[in-house]
Amino acid sequence: MKHRAAVLGTGQTQHRSKRPDVSIAGLCREAVDRALADAGLGLADIDAVVVGKAPDLFEGVMMPELYLADALGAVGKPLLRVHTAGSVGGATGNVAASLVQAGVHRRVLAVAFEKQSESNAMWALSIAPPFSMPLLAGAGGYFAPHVRAYIRRSGAPEHVGAMVAVKDRRNGARNQYAHLRQPDITLESVQASPMLWDPVRYDETCPSSDGACAVVIGDQSAAEAAAGPVAWIRATSMRTEPTMFAGKDHVNPRAGADAAAALWQQAGITDPRGQIDVAEIYVPFSWFEPMWLENLGFAEQGKGWQLTESGETEIGGSIPINPSGGVLCSNPIGASGLLRFAESAMQVMGKAGDHQVAGARTALGHAYGGGSQYFSMWVVADTPD
Amino acid sequence: MTDVAVIGFAQAPNVRRTDGTTNGVEMLVPVFQQVLGQTGLAKEQVGFWCSGSSDYLAGRAFSFVSAVDAIGAFPPVMESHVEMDGAWALYEAWVKILTGEASTALAYGFGKSSAGLLRRVLALQLDPYVVAPLWPDSVSIAALQARLGIEAGRWTEEQMAQVAVRSRSAAAGNPAAQLSGTVDVAELLSRPYIADPLRAHDCAPITDGAAAVVLAAGDVAREHCARPAWITGFEHRIDSGSLGARDLLAAPSAAAAGRAAGAGTVDTAELHSPFTHQEILLRGELGLGEQVTVNPSGGPLSGNPMFAAGLARIGSAAAEIMAGRAGRALGHATSGPALQQNLVCVMEAR
Repeated sequence: MKHRAAVLGTGQTQHRSKRPDVSIAGLCREAVDRALADAGLGLADIDAVVVGKAPDLFEGVMMPELYLADALGAVGKPLLRVHTAGSVGGATGNVAASLVQAGVHRRVLAVAFEKQSESNAMWALSIAPPFSMPLLAGAGGYFAPHVRAYIRRSGAPEHVGAMVAVKDRRNGARNQYAHLRQPDITLESVQASPMLWDPVRYDETCPSSDGACAVVIGDQSAAEAAAGPVAWIRATSMRTEPTMFAGKDHVNPRAGADAAAALWQQAGITDPRGQIDVAEIYVPFSWFEPMWLENLGFAEQGKGWQLTESGETEIGGSIPINPSGGVLCSNPIGASGLLRFAESAMQVMGKAGDHQVAGARTALGHAYGGGSQYFSMWVVADTPD
Repeated sequence: MTDVAVIGFAQAPNVRRTDGTTNGVEMLVPVFQQVLGQTGLAKEQVGFWCSGSSDYLAGRAFSFVSAVDAIGAFPPVMESHVEMDGAWALYEAWVKILTGEASTALAYGFGKSSAGLLRRVLALQLDPYVVAPLWPDSVSIAALQARLGIEAGRWTEEQMAQVAVRSRSAAAGNPAAQLSGTVDVAELLSRPYIADPLRAHDCAPITDGAAAVVLAAGDVAREHCARPAWITGFEHRIDSGSLGARDLLAAPSAAAAGRAAGAGTVDTAELHSPFTHQEILLRGELGLGEQVTVNPSGGPLSGNPMFAAGLARIGSAAAEIMAGRAGRALGHATSGPALQQNLVCVMEAR
């Protein structure tokens, strides 16, 4: 039997390209302390800790959760370390939720981080293991051909990617924690920025960030005892497929579509476009907004770009996407997925501040990773069912 | 709570070096075939997959991503990964079954330790700012722990050698074992130290390997296994990451996990003790008396595939129950320097 679970509090750091003022432990603690304060709880109230981050090579520390046990208040408690590539932040939220849904724990702390300035993520991604496709200059080189394929397949006009960048960066300017805050960015300035990986321009690319995110998840009694609003977890899902195989659709991966279908079914959602009020989707390169809108079922195949172009994905539109500014504004890789999950919870808790979507009651958090092969998602709402 | 049991276990031969890649596929494919064959489950009947491995051991980012190729994960599967020993992947799989989202799960772990200098690689698990730059390696840290125990009168070098003798002897019945056979204490003690007071026999060998365990709920377990190993307690805890803040002669995380899981009632235990003195320490922390059979497989001293050896302990303990040799058994896994993190899974026949 699945027990009810809810987000009791969220916290995140100031995301910056370099946070030399804190250690890895200090960075995590900044997010943890904010999440606990938001939930009105202390470390002593936490039964277990789930830590997520992307490859250990990004900081040069093997299994850093071992060293972090003290800073995370995990000593004497269960501690799990999740790693599912770029989707890991989402997986961290889902695994923490499952500990409560299984009835194993009452209150679980999920923490995800990346401190990219401690090492070199581009180097860590550019190794050439045998029998694997080299990533070629990081993730952008890998994903650019998929974006090009999407543009060809859908016939989307070239300016749609730049529109996403403008929207997300302006949204980020309303988010006090965002790494990039660019209220004055324009379509023209994005289109004038250097081409990095054709068709992806500099301003359409996520930054490298130091940052962390923490979420406290509790069971029904913990949620009912909370002083403030909570975000009920209505559904979670994860799906995986191989990186490469004959017939793989990199533009519309089946693992993403399957994960979404399972998610909507679990949440009792038959019309995502009508029933989801706001979505935080993992968009590291601008074009992934229309691509994922289709993969998730918010738009028909080939029509996602029309939703973006019509302005419906802006705050105030019918389906606001990434009001926080999303991954395009802050990308502490391991935390980026949990940030999406946390931001979706903040929206239905009414705690999203200047980037709050009015009347948001049901929200999606989404993350993907690897070669568009790992997907993790959740739906949160202001009521349990 | 849903009744969940281990219904299958398989492992790759424990060897000093494989020719396969560090993503484990070559080791995992036959292991999956074997474990699914045991249970009569088709790949498509596995509701949830979860793996444990380490990028640092593999020397590359995202090593587990390629490991998914061993599953043949299309159509897509419900899957997750922990950067931990596969024992914790099994824990996540157990939790997944408890939520009701799956009724079967396959957890696996793999590691190719021969790809690097293991004791140096493991030094990178330490505090990155003030400890790791000094490169205290894993064997040297274990030696500090062993030395403290000798000076405190907790064990002797002879008792440590006896653990090695018993492990090698027990491993004679384990076809997957890397080291097995008859050795005697006097001969072992005549050999040189590699990190005083540890000799080669006190340290688990360096091993390439992989392991897989299949879980199933209730009637599914009964249908696919004649004598399932029903999980009655599954707990894990972690101690401080600061070596100087710990009493290295205690493993409070092991004791607490053992108490919560019901370790005191077992007749058989598979302990993940990569060093001889750690078996003695763990026996005490878990409250295992003389009557308990410890490491009938030979344990990690006869083969220690990193990120699979803890899972293999649970699998080996379950195998004792499934074969009718044990009624109530525990599998233990450890992680981190000097037994920092510990997990205990208690299983029984019904």
